Amino acid sequence: MSFLLGKDMTGGYGAADILHACTIGVERGEIAVVVGPNGAGKSTAMKAVFGMLELRSGQVTMDGEDITSLSPQARVQKGMGFVPQTNNVFRSMSVEENLEMGAFIRTDDPSGTMAQVFDLFPILKQKRNQPAGELSGGQRQQVAVGRALMTQPKVLMLDEPTAGVSPIVMDELFDRIIEIARSGIAILMVEQNAKQALNIADKGYVLAQGANLYTDTGEALLNDPDVRKAFLGG
Amino acid sequence: MEIMNALALLSNYLVVPALAYGSQLALGALGVTLVYGILRFSNFAHGELMAFGTMAVILMTWFLQAQGISFGALPTELLALPVGILATVVLALGTDRVVYRFHRSKKSQPVIFLIASLAVMFFYSGLTRFIIGTADRNMGDDGARFIFTAREFKEWSGLDEGIALRTTQGITVVVTLVCVVALFWFLNRTRAGKSMRAYSDNEDLALLSGVNPERVVLIAWILAAALATVAGTMYGLDKTFKPFIYLQLLLPIFASAIVGGLGSPVGAVAGGFVIAFSEITVTFAYKRVLTYIMPGDNVPDGLVQLLSTEYKFAVSFVILVVVLLVRPTGIFKGQSV
Ligand SMILES: Nc1ncnc2c1ncn2[C@@H]1O[C@H](COP(=O)(O)OP(=O)(O)OP(=O)(O)O)[C@@H](O)[C@H]1O
Ligand SMILES: [Mg+2]
Repeated sequence: MSFLLGKDMTGGYGAADILHACTIGVERGEIAVVVGPNGAGKSTAMKAVFGMLELRSGQVTMDGEDITSLSPQARVQKGMGFVPQTNNVFRSMSVEENLEMGAFIRTDDPSGTMAQVFDLFPILKQKRNQPAGELSGGQRQQVAVGRALMTQPKVLMLDEPTAGVSPIVMDELFDRIIEIARSGIAILMVEQNAKQALNIADKGYVLAQGANLYTDTGEALLNDPDVRKAFLGG
Repeated sequence: MEIMNALALLSNYLVVPALAYGSQLALGALGVTLVYGILRFSNFAHGELMAFGTMAVILMTWFLQAQGISFGALPTELLALPVGILATVVLALGTDRVVYRFHRSKKSQPVIFLIASLAVMFFYSGLTRFIIGTADRNMGDDGARFIFTAREFKEWSGLDEGIALRTTQGITVVVTLVCVVALFWFLNRTRAGKSMRAYSDNEDLALLSGVNPERVVLIAWILAAALATVAGTMYGLDKTFKPFIYLQLLLPIFASAIVGGLGSPVGAVAGGFVIAFSEITVTFAYKRVLTYIMPGDNVPDGLVQLLSTEYKFAVSFVILVVVLLVRPTGIFKGQSV
């Protein structure tokens, strides 16, 4: 069983279900990538795993423990970090204050973690006193990821961390994400750039209309002719 | 010398009163903007909250005076202020408990909150009148009246025109400065203050970060009630306490908050002074100033007043409309209304 697993999740925002027995998960130190067309329910699945969505059926487990009924805040305490797809920084607050807010629930001194985040994203150290809303898209994503790292999570969930950034910045971000995974943190991320993401993924999930279409290793999905034709542009 | 006389005249009748009035508006607008930033609705009851706070201060002042306690050269109201603040905080938190918390749990639309605040406004206004009555009350009747008088200034400067600085005006500006510095220190330097800014900036992300919304709301009400009491007391000290005046103040206060950018504390302070200076420059009669700086017969006959003082509220209204049309987020980019 995976370290973090959302299993057979069914639910939605109102009366209609968006997710239909959808399953996603990730192992310690590995990268799992969720891909699929717009509106497939990728973000919804992430929210479900993080407890921001009421599930009609299915469970979420972490390290073998059932956490289905926990609030998002309680999941943060348990070691989950989440970077939402949109509005993922405090725009009016400085980079440093964003990181401080990431560590809000910590009772110990977070300055060591902040130094680690600055090592990982040196540009943030340079811009530590600038409001996050004034940064470029790529830098803002770094703030968002950095903020989530401030609780020293065991698993980091990223919803389209490279949305709207240039290809160079995307490669750079992927390198950082690999680095984070190497440090032992499980990474579950949604990506629009399916090819590049599956390239660095240990495991891949292809979702369509709220259900799992294909699930395999990243490499196998990249080589699957059906997946290539339908989702990777040939 | 003529120019200096003109400047002294302008300072005495325009700059000093506008600084005092601007401070009062800034304090009021800070309360409105804090509630808007955290609870996300325009609190129409804020003016009456100021009236209630001022009333509490007056009652405490009477009590202190009856005990023979005074504050030397300063008005006794300043001694009574902490008790007034306490009473107002209790009222604001009680209201939140009875009215707004219910709507928060139901996730009501901002417009529902706004209508509820109208009801609260009528309740507060009745409560204040019920307790202290509808008559005018003089405030600041003990302590020194002036920091320096016009005559003292004339003797000191040798000018024909004097500048007077009333104690209440000086107190208003100093107290505002202290409140604003303390508030900004709190918001920018403390953990609780940062969590409030975070919650105001991005509610969902703040919740994910573990910020407790009820705690943030609690602090917001405490600050709003304290600011309302101080603002109302400063206004009452500067003029007199009339229960109905605080309803009229609501327009310039909201104009200040919106001009500065709703939700932005810096904006509220800037907006307060923009509104105060606009109101007073537009309704000021420039005749006497012109007699100093224009040669002989060129001085116009009338008062040279753009707008009669009865229309001063129209100034806030016009500024408000223009800002909403041209730049709805205000000078400092608050939330759009
Ligand atoms: N807050 C919401 N309330 C109601 N319906 C929603 C909400 N968010 C998303 N939906 C609907 O749920 C479905 C799945 O949306 P979701 O955001 O999960 O897709 P996605 O795969 O993340 O798409 P994208 O690639 O555009 O980010 C869509 O039909 C969408 O309209
Ligand atoms: Mg999405």
